[in-house]
Amino acid sequence: MHIAWGPLLVVFVVTFGVAVAVVVLVSFGLVGLSARTVSPERPPARVSARAGMIIAGLCLLVAAAITAFGVYIIVG
Amino acid sequence: MSFSVIVVAVVMTALVFDFTNGFHDTANAMATSIATGALRPRVAVVVAGVLNVVGAFLSIEVAKTISSGLVNETKITPVVIFGGLIGAILWNLLTWLFGLPSSSSHALFGGLIGATWVAAGASAIQFGSVVSKVLLPAVFSPIIAGVAGLAATYFAYRITARAATDTIAHGFRLSQIVSASMVALAHGSNDGQKTMGIITLTLITAGSLPASAGPPFWVILSCGLTIGLGTALGGWRIIQTLGKRVSEIQSPQGFAAETSSAVAILTSAHLGFALSTTHVCTGSVFGASAGRRLASVRWGVAGQMVVAWVLTLPSAAVVGALSAWVAGTGTFGTVLVALVALAAGAGIYAASRRKPVTAENVNDVPPVLVTASV
Repeated sequence: MHIAWGPLLVVFVVTFGVAVAVVVLVSFGLVGLSARTVSPERPPARVSARAGMIIAGLCLLVAAAITAFGVYIIVG
Repeated sequence: MSFSVIVVAVVMTALVFDFTNGFHDTANAMATSIATGALRPRVAVVVAGVLNVVGAFLSIEVAKTISSGLVNETKITPVVIFGGLIGAILWNLLTWLFGLPSSSSHALFGGLIGATWVAAGASAIQFGSVVSKVLLPAVFSPIIAGVAGLAATYFAYRITARAATDTIAHGFRLSQIVSASMVALAHGSNDGQKTMGIITLTLITAGSLPASAGPPFWVILSCGLTIGLGTALGGWRIIQTLGKRVSEIQSPQGFAAETSSAVAILTSAHLGFALSTTHVCTGSVFGASAGRRLASVRWGVAGQMVVAWVLTLPSAAVVGALSAWVAGTGTFGTVLVALVALAAGAGIYAASRRKPVTAENVNDVPPVLVTASV
């Protein structure tokens, strides 16, 4: 019986790392987008609306690039 | 090109299996998107269906071995494949009736093992491979995706805790459309290939195709369309279980679960370490559910799923063995097995109509009562 522990560990590490990275990037992107909206029910955003948009753009762009790489793997 | 009765029976049965594989696995990609309202139920299943068809055409590498080395490939005959497929189909239908996500691949492996046992004896079964290629991945798949889903969900809630609720919820719902689509596409490119491989191998063993032949276009087309049609039909009972009965899923959890599933499926497929799509997606849903609030998870549902997963291989093996034994007696036996399977399938469908789950009531499940927060 042969158990491929190496690839299994790689699958675990890559899955954990990439999944968390994508979700964190999208989360920061959405936080950046939400800096535009002002509400008396929550504390003011830590960044300006303009800085929020830049952060959102960058984070979502990187997340989109990772997604595009995923499509590339499926097609390849 | 002339075909024997058993070859025609295998091709038709393989397509039926492909169809059940499709609607059994719609939940993998779309359950959480439907539960959070990211996509309307009917739109979600049609999107998943179309992407499964596209996925089936994207990948051209057809599985050369349908049993993944679990049985001695030289002992596989059309009768063995027929028996294996009958076992897998009936198990898929039964687990669908109870709304339990279970691996179609494991059902197929179980059916093939049982059928091979009858046809060639126990020595033709590679029990070491059964442990390393079926049992261990079944244990590790939900753990890998579950841990990733749990951590991703935790960070999603921590990072967005102070942000505008509406923007966050809407943003994660939009993101879910992308992540769910990725899972559907990856599923089509993996599972669509499975049936293509079965039919191609059957045609090769029957002498209708040369030994090194790839799948004819009609095989690619029929398998792609069948799995897409099955997916678009929507296995609502399983969608309800994964989307609503495990926990009250919110859009950040849905996105985290789908992202973890997509990454795990793509990484494992790329490295040649086959994980079950169903086990991965189920694990990530549980992980994402626990990542927000541990007490919001119905662990009893997890227990039911584990029982189904444990029973999948032996149950399909018993039916596969019986089917192969009867079908091995000749044309009459093959027709008899097909008729009995048809009657069993009709009975399961009739039982499902007593309490139907449809696109209209798929989200109508009482919310989970939370008694403590973590």
